[in-house]
Order: sequence, then C-alpha cells, then structure tokens
Amino acid sequence: MAETLDKKAAAAEPLFGKKERKLITDPLNDNNPITVQVLGICSALAVTSLLYPSIVISIAVVFVCAFANLITSFLRNSIPKSVRMIVQLVIIATLVTVVELALKAFSYPVYKNLSVYIGLIITNCIVMGRLEAFAMANKPWRSFLDGIGNGLGYGAILIIVAFFRELLGKGTLFAGTPIAMNIIGPSSEEVSYLLNTNLEWLSWYSNNNIAVLPAAAMFIIGILIWIQRSYNTKLVDVS
Amino acid sequence: MELFNVFIKSAFIDNLVLSYFLGMCSYLAVSKSVKTAFGLGLAVIFVLGITMPINWIINEFLLKETGILQTDLTFLRFILFIAVIASMVQLVEMVVEKASPALYAALGIFLPLITVNCAILGGSLFMVSREYTFGEAVSFGLGGGFGWFLAIIAIAAIREKIRYSNVPPGLRGLGMAFILTGLMGIAFMSLMGIDPASF
Repeated sequence: MAETLDKKAAAAEPLFGKKERKLITDPLNDNNPITVQVLGICSALAVTSLLYPSIVISIAVVFVCAFANLITSFLRNSIPKSVRMIVQLVIIATLVTVVELALKAFSYPVYKNLSVYIGLIITNCIVMGRLEAFAMANKPWRSFLDGIGNGLGYGAILIIVAFFRELLGKGTLFAGTPIAMNIIGPSSEEVSYLLNTNLEWLSWYSNNNIAVLPAAAMFIIGILIWIQRSYNTKLVDVS
Repeated sequence: MELFNVFIKSAFIDNLVLSYFLGMCSYLAVSKSVKTAFGLGLAVIFVLGITMPINWIINEFLLKETGILQTDLTFLRFILFIAVIASMVQLVEMVVEKASPALYAALGIFLPLITVNCAILGGSLFMVSREYTFGEAVSFGLGGGFGWFLAIIAIAAIREKIRYSNVPPGLRGLGMAFILTGLMGIAFMSLMGIDPASF
C-alpha cells in the first residue's frame, strides 16, 4: 500500500522532469543572472582577470547558491517575514564562511589571490535574489535545482569573460596551475621545447594591457549582451 | 593630512565602482535618472560613513585576539559585519521615511538593496585587509561613499543623454551601460598618476 502511494507521489512530481530541467537550463540563456537579471555583477568581476580563480569562484557560487536555496526552502514556513533578510544573510554568511575556510585549508595561494572577493559572495545579489524570488515560495528540491542553475549561469559568464581576458591580456590560459598553458605571446619556451621546434610564429603577440584592466570585463559583458540580444530578440529593452 | 590622503585615494584613485566593481547591481539598476541616483548616492555615503567606524570597533575590540574576549573570533567577521550593515540600513530606511517621504517613495525597494550593496561590505573588508586606523577607517568610509556617489551621478547623466542617440537595438539600455562603465573606468585610470601626498 505504502509502495503504491509512493509511486503515485513520484508520478505526480517527477524527480527530474521537464520543469526541473528547465530550472537548470533557463538561467543559462533566457534568464541569465548577469546578462538578463543584472544581479551579482558586483562581487566577482574583478576576479576574472585569470581563468583559474574565476573557476574557483564559480564553483563557490554554485555551492553557496544551491545550499542557501535548499536551507531557506526548508525553513521557509517558519521564517517570520519581518526578519527574513537577516535570516537569509546569516544562512548565506555561514555557507560562505565554510567556503572560505575550506579554500584557506586546501588552496592557500588562491585564497590569498581572491582575498575579499570570497567574502563578497555574501552580498552577491544573485544568491539573495534567488532566495527572495524562488526559495521562499518553492519546495526544497526545486529550489536546490534553481540554485544550481543560477550558479551555473553565473559561472558560465564569468568563465567566458575570464577566458578572453587572460588570453588577450597575458597570452596564457590557466596560469597559476600545473597545467598552465602559454598559448600566444613571446615566452613560449616550454611549448617549443615540447614540440621540438622554435615556434617563432607564435611570438608575434604582445600582451594587451587593457584586457588586464577591470574595464575590459565591462566591454566583454557588453558585447556578450549584444550578441545574446541579437539572437534572442525578445530580451531587447527588458531593462 | 594623512586622513585627507585616504579620502582622496578612496574617492578617486581606488574608486569602489570603477576600479573594484563593487556595488554594481544597484549602480546599474538605479542609474536611469539623475534624481534617484542622487538619493541613492547620498544613502550610500551615509551608510558607508556609519558602518565603517562601527565595524572597525567590532573588529578591533571584539574579534581580534587582543580584544576583550582574548580569543580569535575573526571567523565570525562576515556574519557580524553583515548584521551591522543590515541593521544600519533598516535605521536609514526609517529616518528617510520620516524625514523625506518623497525621497523614500522614489528610492522604493532600492533602500533595502543597500544591504546587499557590495560596496558597503567590501569597504569594511578592505578596511580590515589594509589595516586602517580608526581615523583612516572613517575617512575611507566617507571617501569611498563619495566616490560611489560621483560615479552613479555621472553614469546617470550619461544614460539620460544617450537615450536620444541611435544605439543598436541589442545594445540599448543595459549593454550600453556596461560599455559606458568600462569607458568611465579607463577615464578614472588617468587619476592614478595623482600622488595624494603632494597636496
């Protein structure tokens, strides 16, 4: 008897149905946190000058966003409306502290490099915005998926911006990791050693200092918005 | 004199918006007209100016190992700082509602948003990582707020004008605001050569 009841419940609410899939795919394009909702630009754009820290921040945001959504959704019926902001901030701040301590323990150089920007995930509007808009009104599992989706949509933009900024600004990819690659630019000694040729034709590029400046991130996002809106005309003039 | 240097440095050279990208969300959302931008800018100066000294005192006398409790509580920093900021914003909201209902109506939901304005928490975290003294912290708060105020007024004025220009449809509004901010950031870079000590 219990089994049939369970089956019925499962049929009524599939664990990973079309709606649930949409929760994850929607923030990647139609409802992207950065280019459409304009939330969460603040905290992490300054870290996009290198690819590796951006990936770390993206993972941190996915983690914080997903679990903050989950916890808030569990508590949503017992949070009084007047103090909900403080409760949400405490949940987020706790998760961010977990991330900070974990990063300090496992990857100290990255932690040093990111300095205050880890703490600023707390005030990343996308986390707070999703808690307000979604987790306070939806069931835990769906809120969890929504958190993952928005974290991924956010991370995708971050990684695209970081890719161009590092490539154009330093000529490298993944600098600061064991798999650092020197793609273009003058010092390609390791590559020439590996390929056993003198790759002088790769050395024409001199680093573009504008791409290292924070301003370059703004230009790249502006161009991304332009590209997205020319394909997705229903987004034009949303804001 | 030292304090004045910190003020100039935080307002122009290390501008919170244009060189650190802090407070971008409300900066882009509220910069459609100069009037609302003005109100929000003032609110940010006020909140930054108040929270910075409070957070400095909390950090120095409560969280550090040399404080009253003699234990290292720095891991509680985020939670305490954000609690101070949230309560201060609540206070500002009440004051504005009483003092200027027109401004309150104009700012609407953006006042609570100051809580999640990264410039405020970012300012406090910068204060800790740069090890400012009390006077410097106050001056940094006011200067940072003033820089934020200047930046939002400038972009709001530009966006009011650019509405009459022929911008490609995909770039209209948000896209253009991003590119303008980038250009302004480059313009502010030229202030980097100023040495505040020479005043």
